[in-house]
Amino acid sequence: MKSKILIVDDEKDVELLFRQKFRKEIKSGTLELCFAFSGDEALGILDSENPPQVVYVFSDINMPGMSGLELLAKVKERFPQINVSMISAYGDSQNYEKAMNSGAKEFFTKPIDFESLKKEIGGMIKEN
Amino acid sequence: MIIAIISLILLHYLKRPMGLIKVSPEWVRIFNGGMIAAGVLWIVIGFNIPIISDLARILSFILIGLIVYVTLKTEDLQHRKGMVYAWLPIIGVEIIQALVEIISESFYKRYETYFEAAGVFAFIWAIAMWVNNSKQRKALELEKLKAMQREKEFQITESLKTQLERQVAQRTKELTNQKNELQHALKDLQAAQNQLIHAEKMASLGELTAGIAHEIQNPLNFVNNFSDVSTELLTELKEELEAGNKEDAMEILEDVIQNLGKIHHHGKRADSIVKGMLLHSRSSTGQKELTDINALADEYLRLSYHGLRAKDKSFTADFKLEEDPSLEKMNVVPGDLGRVLLNLINNGFYAAGEKKKELAEKGNTEFLPKVTVSIKKVDSGVEIRVRDNGKGIPEDIKAKIFQPFFTTKPTGKGTGLGLSMSYDIVTKGHNGEINVISEPEEFTEFEIKIPNQ
Ligand SMILES: [Mg+2]
Repeated sequence: MKSKILIVDDEKDVELLFRQKFRKEIKSGTLELCFAFSGDEALGILDSENPPQVVYVFSDINMPGMSGLELLAKVKERFPQINVSMISAYGDSQNYEKAMNSGAKEFFTKPIDFESLKKEIGGMIKEN
Repeated sequence: MIIAIISLILLHYLKRPMGLIKVSPEWVRIFNGGMIAAGVLWIVIGFNIPIISDLARILSFILIGLIVYVTLKTEDLQHRKGMVYAWLPIIGVEIIQALVEIISESFYKRYETYFEAAGVFAFIWAIAMWVNNSKQRKALELEKLKAMQREKEFQITESLKTQLERQVAQRTKELTNQKNELQHALKDLQAAQNQLIHAEKMASLGELTAGIAHEIQNPLNFVNNFSDVSTELLTELKEELEAGNKEDAMEILEDVIQNLGKIHHHGKRADSIVKGMLLHSRSSTGQKELTDINALADEYLRLSYHGLRAKDKSFTADFKLEEDPSLEKMNVVPGDLGRVLLNLINNGFYAAGEKKKELAEKGNTEFLPKVTVSIKKVDSGVEIRVRDNGKGIPEDIKAKIFQPFFTTKPTGKGTGLGLSMSYDIVTKGHNGEINVISEPEEFTEFEIKIPNQ
């Protein structure tokens, strides 16, 4: 079964990077990626499908407008079944604890270590 | 006898002062002697002793002759000339009468009436002269008095003048001292101002460092990620080529080419941020250069946001740049204008953040602070607006915000120099205008107009 993942980051080039990194998985059809460049856009995507097809959200924290932590809280409130992990340039304990307390599954730091990210996604695909 | 009496009268007047003119004591002594002589002669003539009296008469003629001569010839007695002229006809008539009487009494008796008539005319002459003289004398005295008055006034003026000159000299000295002191104070102030400007720059640079670090970290992450993924792609490319999958190989190649473009782009981004930082920290050379205002605004909007965000983790805000792509590069001092934008944007985030805090205390957590920077090309140049949805500026404070050291921020939060420096940079540095409009509790908008240079 195909797993749909939503990546949220205000940096648009993140999309290009992810599509190249997961080229094989996308090609083989095990993974579907979609992207949002703000918290609002991400919520819009999740709201557009009922129930949402997305099973996992990876979100940046530092974004203009709604921050990743606010998005995390909102997603967990409305769609508790969706996994949410944070990807942030600020790996400080304050951000980490806040994310974990709000129900984040994992906390990744930038620059993204795609090996561990692949592991995390691979584990999830297996679960599905 | 009459001659002696006239001598007495003349001598009496000669020794007396006329108005302000006085004769010397020496002359007075001589005249006194003359008066005694005239008196003696008068008495001797009066006794009518034969020969002796006649002798006295002749002596009295000599005496009056002397008096007339001395008065007319002596410099010191010029003022009595008129009096002598008045008496001269009487004297003349008397002398001729007396001489004629001595020489021939019968002749005298025959023409006595004529002599008497001449005497009367001489007398009338004397009175006329006397009246005229006294008139002249009075005029003279008046003139003299006026002259004295003028002299007195002149002296007063002179003394006032010297007094004034002294005062002027003293004041000049005081003013020169004051000027020197003020110049000294001005120099100190200028030095202090330079230090403050430097401090303000450093303070805003300090605020920026976190933002700058974030802004550099992001592009560097991309550089690293894109180069890593490219290495992987090249390995895959090799595999695909070995397998003979030309189509897939081409696809991978396209990606690699695109990635190299991205690496270049993000490298440039980090580069421009570092350059911007250097521009901000170094003292402005005031050198104008062609600058992309859209890019400048974008850069400082991001720096400000990320700086505040890095400093305060709870800070959340939205920001938006409304560019005008039709705007060509403009001749401005990029470091200076960047500082103005940074200052206005920081203030905007601060004001909106304060409003969020206030509303949160009242239980309203929905408010999202927002700063919008919009760029608009106009015929004369460019208009840049920095708008926040914060607390607004009260009307009574609006006039003061561009004054140096004016700040509403708590002590230690602002130097109070940001806006006044911004004002100077826009108006003096770029011949522009900076205005503020605000609706309390709604928004504040700073409008910068920069003309084409
Ligand atoms: Mg971000």
